[in-house]
Amino acid sequence: MTRHPLFWPVAALVGLIVLNAVVNPSFLEVRIQNGALYGGVVDILRNGAPTLLIAVGMTLVIATRGIDLSVGAVAAIAGAIACSWIAAGGDAPTAMLLALAVCVLLGLWNGFLVSVVGIQPIIATLVLMTAGRGGAMLVTEGQIITVDDPVYRQIGAGFVVLPIAILISLGVLLAVAALTRGTALGMLVESVGTNPRASRLAGVRSRRIVWTVYVFAGLCAGVAGLMISSNVNAADANNAGLWIEMDAILAVVIGGTSLAGGRYSLTGTLVGALVIQTLTTTVYSIGVPPDAILVFKAVVVIAVCLLQSPRTSELFRPRRRAEPADTRAQEVAAP
Amino acid sequence: MTDSPAPPTDPVVDIRGITVDFPGVRALSGVDFQLFPGEVHALMGENGAGKSTLIKALTGVHRPTAGEIRLHGERVEFTAPVQAQNAGISTVYQEVNLCPNLSVAENILLGREPRRLGAIDTRACRARAARLLERIGLSIDPGSGLDSHPIAVQQLVAIARALAVDARVLVLDEPTSSLDTDEVAELFRIVRQLRDEGVAILFVSHFLEQVYEIADRMTVLRNGALVGEYLPSRTDRLELVSVMLGRELGVLEEVERRSEDRAPGTEPVLTAHGLGRSGSIAPFDLEIHAGEVVGLAGLLGSGRTEMARLLFGADRADTGTLSVGGRTVRPRGPRSMIARGVALCSEDRKAEGLIADLTVRDNLILALQAARGWMRPVSRRAADALVAEYIDKLDIRPADPGAVMSTLSGGNQQKVLLARWLVTQPDLLILDEPTRGIDVGAKAQIQKVVADLAADGMAVLFISAELEEVVRVSDRVVVLRDRHKTAELTGDAISVDDVMGAIAAHDGQGTAVAS
Ligand SMILES: Nc1ncnc2c1ncn2[C@@H]1O[C@H](COP(=O)(O)OP(=O)(O)OP(=O)(O)O)[C@@H](O)[C@H]1O
Ligand SMILES: [Mg+2]
Repeated sequence: MTRHPLFWPVAALVGLIVLNAVVNPSFLEVRIQNGALYGGVVDILRNGAPTLLIAVGMTLVIATRGIDLSVGAVAAIAGAIACSWIAAGGDAPTAMLLALAVCVLLGLWNGFLVSVVGIQPIIATLVLMTAGRGGAMLVTEGQIITVDDPVYRQIGAGFVVLPIAILISLGVLLAVAALTRGTALGMLVESVGTNPRASRLAGVRSRRIVWTVYVFAGLCAGVAGLMISSNVNAADANNAGLWIEMDAILAVVIGGTSLAGGRYSLTGTLVGALVIQTLTTTVYSIGVPPDAILVFKAVVVIAVCLLQSPRTSELFRPRRRAEPADTRAQEVAAP
Repeated sequence: MTDSPAPPTDPVVDIRGITVDFPGVRALSGVDFQLFPGEVHALMGENGAGKSTLIKALTGVHRPTAGEIRLHGERVEFTAPVQAQNAGISTVYQEVNLCPNLSVAENILLGREPRRLGAIDTRACRARAARLLERIGLSIDPGSGLDSHPIAVQQLVAIARALAVDARVLVLDEPTSSLDTDEVAELFRIVRQLRDEGVAILFVSHFLEQVYEIADRMTVLRNGALVGEYLPSRTDRLELVSVMLGRELGVLEEVERRSEDRAPGTEPVLTAHGLGRSGSIAPFDLEIHAGEVVGLAGLLGSGRTEMARLLFGADRADTGTLSVGGRTVRPRGPRSMIARGVALCSEDRKAEGLIADLTVRDNLILALQAARGWMRPVSRRAADALVAEYIDKLDIRPADPGAVMSTLSGGNQQKVLLARWLVTQPDLLILDEPTRGIDVGAKAQIQKVVADLAADGMAVLFISAELEEVVRVSDRVVVLRDRHKTAELTGDAISVDDVMGAIAAHDGQGTAVAS
């Protein structure tokens, strides 16, 4: 059973939940209030929604052998644009559409650099990672823009039984799963990620596929950015979505998708994102000193990744020692 | 069965009752194998018999579930190939595992570069690499990138790397699969020299000629089990083959050469006019008709693969015109040529063929699926029917559509890649070394498939370093030398000698006609 790729991530998730339940007995309680669910677990789902959404986009990018470091910056830009528009008196739907349109453009830019120009993904997206926050600052003119719009508030903090944010993220996850596994898209993405040269020679439109996944990642980052800013009714160009690219990448890796590209698992990404978010919550609930938070997270992540790696599982595999010479061998050896 | 008296010395490598298991498959069961100093020991068997697995068990790539390995009488349990290497076992694996983005010199000396003041001494590095290359008769720039060379050169570089250390055991897993006669001769010269120095050499090849030429002893595996040990002097080829296959060979009958019932069409499927690419291949003219098999012969570096890549649009031509089905085309990459009914099965199966992590099913339908577009997936049922058909036709093992490609033996991977293009039913099929690493039985099978396809009206361009094979399957042979098309042989009685003559001919231009 430990062979299953998701064994250790699920074990880590369960372990973290148990830990939380021990430290805080009311953690597992779920209350119903005005037809919506509240409680520790629900909070994890709500707070984890942006990470999950970004991780879904990141999964496809990583499957093509790429990586997108700019998602945090793109999320900040989305929030900045939407809030600025609303603060300037615009309506929320237009604000969100505008923000997402810009994110699609940013995704197009990343995809262009990677698939057409041929720049290494880590470098290509680093450009926007650093420049993006500057862009967000320009939009907000260096201020934290607060808004108070009941419609805008819904995407990050609204409830329809469950938090709307997590419903959106799960919906996107399911839609992507259906789209990629129901058509040949998933197989072609994996093929491009495993062996781009062979795929091109087999007639796969690798360039278009790679380009598309960056656009999609940009879009996911945009929606996540709206969730984040809507949840706090503000756009903070400096801090919104800070380090979220790391959380998303970790979620994907914990979920068993290799950074070397190729086969990906969206279920794995879901589990990975939940592990990351629960870990974040745990860190606060068990009172890890703020200075040690990142170290603590890193230790857990490394542990999960190590346990998952094939080399380590070799160590756990029982090794039958060979009988020095079985009878058959001796028969043959006899002259 | 065993009829070979062991040499009077102690074995260097003594493998007893070794068993290797993979999830769901027992790749080797209780195999004994001994390798003596100063011998060339050939390991024989069909595709998937377990030859590479035995080698990898010896060098610590795979961990055996049972059995023991002794090196110089000492029991060893390597857990990584580097340990075997340090213990004096130098190995050239079947799949060239070098770093494509490093230089030739770096690849040869990786991990043991000459150093000066702690830093790698690039000059000394290149000089040493150059000497090693010279030893195997390869004259290329040691500073050039490895990926700028064809697979045959890469294979030679891997051999040079294995020779860079003073090993007591040299393991060569199909080192000659993409080499021409000259390179093979050069390699064998070195192998003999090392043997005379007392090195123990383990050699794998599907070319019986080569095995009979070089081997002192042969061990045959079948389905992961030891069949026996044989001496080339006492076992003739037919007997050996029947031992390998475990049945009498009827399949092995020579493919009917240039069957009379094949009537090449008059309209060319593909016409190239002065097509060329500088630094790759000089402008050439070529016509291929429906129902015709055109062979492409030439030495290593003569431009065979380059010609194929131009015709397929994998490389862009900078002069000349190309027309397919009577319409002029400007290929914008392989995809555009595939849409026009041209297919190319690359010689470099690892870098340009297999999608290692995906299943046999996905690998087999990849080109078909790519042509249909992602929105029209080949249904599971249709895919499985296709896969079953070709597993049967080409005898792919294991016969499991869900098997992950990287777990297949080299020869079986090759069959899947061939099937990938056959299912697209192209008008022109370009086969670059299609029988590379394929066993004797399956080779005849594949040649027969090619002949049948041509009889059904497909045009085929057939490239192989093995001239016998080119001559056997082709109606016409195009000869290349130094990246120029130098001759075209037609007629019913092209012989290997004719082709060799044309390859060696110095006058160059013109069309020679045999008989
Ligand atoms: N990693 C693996 N996982 C599962 N099965 C494997 C793996 N490696 C090899 N096998 C299986 O073990 C068997 C022996 O494979 P092996 O590569 O040793 O064959 P071989 O004799 O070298 O054949 P070839 O002539 O085609 O190279 C095959 O059936 C193959 O599918
Ligand atoms: Mg092999």
